[in-house]
Amino acid sequence: MDWGTLQAVLGGVNKHSTSIGKIWLTVLFIFRVMILVVAAERVWGDEQQDFVCNTLQPGCRNVCYDHFFPISHIRLWALQLIFVSTPALLVAMHVAYRRHEKKRRFRNGEKIDIEELKNEKFHIRGPLWWTYTSSIFFRLIFEAVFMYVFYYMYDGYQMPRLMKCTAWPCPNTVDCFVSRPTEKTTFTIFMLAVSGICMMLNLAELCYLVIKVCMKEPRKTT
Amino acid sequence: MDWGALHTILGGVNKHSTSIGKIWLTVLFIFRIMILVVAAERVWGDEQDDFVCNTLQPGCRNVCYDHFFPISHIRLWALQLIFVSTPALLVAMHVAYRRHEKKRQFRKGDQKCEYKDIEEIKRQKFRIEGSLWWTYTSSIFFRLIFEAVFMYAFYFMYDGFRMPRLMKCSAWPCPNTVDCFVSRPTEKTVFTIFMIAVSSICILLNVAELCYLLTKFFLRRSKKAGNSKQQPNHENKEETKQNEMNELISDSCQNTVIGFSS
Repeated sequence: MDWGTLQAVLGGVNKHSTSIGKIWLTVLFIFRVMILVVAAERVWGDEQQDFVCNTLQPGCRNVCYDHFFPISHIRLWALQLIFVSTPALLVAMHVAYRRHEKKRRFRNGEKIDIEELKNEKFHIRGPLWWTYTSSIFFRLIFEAVFMYVFYYMYDGYQMPRLMKCTAWPCPNTVDCFVSRPTEKTTFTIFMLAVSGICMMLNLAELCYLVIKVCMKEPRKTT
Repeated sequence: MDWGALHTILGGVNKHSTSIGKIWLTVLFIFRIMILVVAAERVWGDEQDDFVCNTLQPGCRNVCYDHFFPISHIRLWALQLIFVSTPALLVAMHVAYRRHEKKRQFRKGDQKCEYKDIEEIKRQKFRIEGSLWWTYTSSIFFRLIFEAVFMYAFYFMYDGFRMPRLMKCSAWPCPNTVDCFVSRPTEKTVFTIFMIAVSSICILLNVAELCYLLTKFFLRRSKKAGNSKQQPNHENKEETKQNEMNELISDSCQNTVIGFSS
């Protein structure tokens, strides 16, 4: 069970998304998940081994590392990507429920072609519109929350080269040096930028759906 | 044989589950197994290498690590996930047995069974009634037991769900008392709490599913009781006999075909 399986699960949802939704999914998998797996994980791979402190005191390095990195960037990004992808499953569940209802009506004798039913693409109208819009709304919330958590936990998005540590058992103040700070800063800013792009795509999709509904209303009334 | 293979096996069971069961399976795979594989295993990856003790005594670090971590969190979670997923296989086995019986009837040329071909038997979705209901309910019950047992084992083994930064060790051959420092304690505490939270959500989903099945069972019983009271008033003896015959015929096929009842 890894990112490939998540892609398979979400790929199914893609069929019932808007065009902007499909672009969002592509950006998510190519510019975020793939970058995380092929690049970022290597950059952060030696984060604890190459976190060096100017002391021979056993345990000081462990404690300082834990103090400055409560949760690693990589884990935060993995959690962010999982949480951001999951609202799309609400849509998948709603579509599955609708299909199930149609099959039930078919069983009760209504004339619906069962093959057509399996391949049917549902239009985003009625209760599905509400589910879809809520899923986009939740995505936006999760993105914003994680971006804020990053900012709060690491005092900004820049990775410093040097950290001064005074946690026990370190004697007095100890200088600790981070591994690959510039590369980490670059990737952090990149992931932040792509997060921003994803948020804008979500906002655009939300506006598109709202406008679509508003345009349909005057037509109904006239 | 890895988590992907388990996903394939359980995906087949999904078809015969209730909606809550499907949600449970999704939560299990996305929020537990996936988190375990992509995140938690990296966090615990260097747990012994970066377990540092303030001593030069050879063997002391090994002994202290073994004393404080009899079974690693990662292994306990892997065992928990396997045990919790396995009761669903009871349902899969029961469904496979029923399919086998129907195929056997079909091959014998039984006129009672209304199937067009063997492919239809393979694709058939069984409703959760009769003996399958009992199997399904027992599987949910076992899941609940396993979840609770593992959560208790975690709590008992690690004195709570928090990972301390410092552990004081006095096991032989360590001289007197030695300070040992754990690697990434905060990150480990965060993930432990996350996994416990998702476990609890899964327990709630299982309890909800159990209640749903029990409610469905009692409603069906009261409907049957209601129907059987009306019948003797409306039908004469011949029609009653015909109805009994029809029930026997439909019971032998167990009335689980999509849409077409006898």
